[in-house]
Amino acid sequence: MNTPIRVLVLALAVAGLGACTKKEVVKPMQSDPVRTTEQTPTQPMQDESWTNPALLDSKPCLVSRIAYFDYDQATIKSEALEMLKCHGKWLAANPGARISLEGHADERGSREYNVALGERRGNSVRDLLLANGGRGEQVGVVSYGEERPICTDSSDNCWSKNRRAEIVYTAKQ
Amino acid sequence: MTGEPMQRLISALLLLILVSGARIANAQGLEIDIVDGREAAIPVAIVPFAWEAASMPDPSAIDQIVRADLNRSGQFRVLRKEDVVELPARAADVRFPTWKMLKQDYLVIGRVLSAGEAGFRVEFELHDVLKQQSLLALALPVRPGEFRAVSHQIADLVYEKILGVRGAFFTRVAYITAKRQGEGKYEYAIWIADSDGFNPQRIVWNSEPFLSPSWSPDGRYLAYVSFERQGGHTIYVHELATGSRRLVSSFKGINGAPTFSPDGTRLAVTLSKGGNPEIYLLNLANNGLTQLTRHFAIDTEAAWMPGGNSLLFTSDRSGKPQIYGVSVDGGTPERISAAGEYNAKVTASYDGRLLAMVQGNKNVYRIAVVDRERGGAGAVRLISPGPLDESPSFAPNASMILYAAREGNRGVLYAASVDGSVRQRLALPDGDVREPAWGPFRQR
Repeated sequence: MNTPIRVLVLALAVAGLGACTKKEVVKPMQSDPVRTTEQTPTQPMQDESWTNPALLDSKPCLVSRIAYFDYDQATIKSEALEMLKCHGKWLAANPGARISLEGHADERGSREYNVALGERRGNSVRDLLLANGGRGEQVGVVSYGEERPICTDSSDNCWSKNRRAEIVYTAKQ
Repeated sequence: MTGEPMQRLISALLLLILVSGARIANAQGLEIDIVDGREAAIPVAIVPFAWEAASMPDPSAIDQIVRADLNRSGQFRVLRKEDVVELPARAADVRFPTWKMLKQDYLVIGRVLSAGEAGFRVEFELHDVLKQQSLLALALPVRPGEFRAVSHQIADLVYEKILGVRGAFFTRVAYITAKRQGEGKYEYAIWIADSDGFNPQRIVWNSEPFLSPSWSPDGRYLAYVSFERQGGHTIYVHELATGSRRLVSSFKGINGAPTFSPDGTRLAVTLSKGGNPEIYLLNLANNGLTQLTRHFAIDTEAAWMPGGNSLLFTSDRSGKPQIYGVSVDGGTPERISAAGEYNAKVTASYDGRLLAMVQGNKNVYRIAVVDRERGGAGAVRLISPGPLDESPSFAPNASMILYAAREGNRGVLYAASVDGSVRQRLALPDGDVREPAWGPFRQR
């Protein structure tokens, strides 16, 4: 994805969120006055509530957004499980949240096979998010194959960083 | 001004001109880098062509281009220019004993004459040194700026006369470059150039990647994959003469690996719109789709066999990527590749006899050429050293293979003779070069 556009989308999403929180009081859907008065004093920003957008950037398992894979594999590794369950929970709690899963491969082998492999990795992550509360329309998958390496040396260390699926929020809530 | 500073200034200017001239030449072309020679190569002498036209000589030296072409093929060993001791321009001037003494089997001579308004005529002759006989004497018309093209045509004619196989020097290649434009920013571009890397022309460029350029059989179109649309891949068919392009595939998921059918009417493509990458045939006249493979594994990188009755593709249905073959009407695919842990990105020679693919063994990826008419140990030959070679593409006469390799942190292209005896690097001055695709024969 084009970085400036991604930043713009993010900025719009954040601006949108800000606007929503302010408007919440006057929204017809949220017209119950009892609930509104209840919400204001009992929702401090440090709240662990799964609908608080700040949590996405503070809770470690939500801040973490990359799952790594073994060579020519798309099986989710145990160290990525907690992180992915967290994002699944976030999707369940925030029906408006949208994720683009970007699948990647290391440089070894042919490019189009690696595009397919990247998609398979994205799909593995999607399946896990859906099994943990996410819904189909919340998660899209796009593969970059070996075209977007994080690291460009031809070494085992570098390759292990490039075999990944990245969670990119296109809408947080 | 005294003489000495003036002289210095002139030498400095001359040096500047020389240096910049050399840099331009380098930026245009490729580094000539014969990695390995072949004992059985045929010795040929090429005499610099005499310039007999009225105007200033064209800077393209025909003999140098022909020499480089023939050397690169691996079939010939052309006499070094400094060993060309006589400069005959016509048959009457040839002294055969000289060339026999230099152990040359063949001799090419020629001259450039004025012809018509601002035009030229190149006359050239091929002689058999041992038989002291003229094998070929032809005159080719040349317009200004066409000397490189005509030189490649002369190399093709010499190649064909001696070997009985059509030469493929007067052809074009397509490739992809990635140039870093700053932190995390790249410019990706698709280029076409002459078969020796000269005359590069940028066809299309974007900040998002391109993949898998594929020539139409008539050389008029390139099909390729672009990531330029947000969140998805698309396949375009691009007309080279006009620069106009048509979006032919933009389904959800992968739209990848396009390759034109031998008759040019269809593209084999990889689509994952059904949830999993499968090979489809896309009819270019009506956009109709026919699904060719049905398997939960990855199926991709389709290549047509000549005649268009069957295709080869990469599949990991056995656990690792291997090459399979399937009829154009569908049916159960059959595994083709035998040796190697990893085989992918296959391509077939024009006659279907040779298959080239990427073969991986213990982290080393090399280009393997399979001769389907040979059995046993001789059937598979690894023609590149690795460790990260990919994207083989046959010349239209199957004499050579272009492929991509990694050197340091960048991609470079190699042209190798099909037996692997000669390899030559085609390097651009900067950037990362990948995915070469050798175009079809061109009309002379």
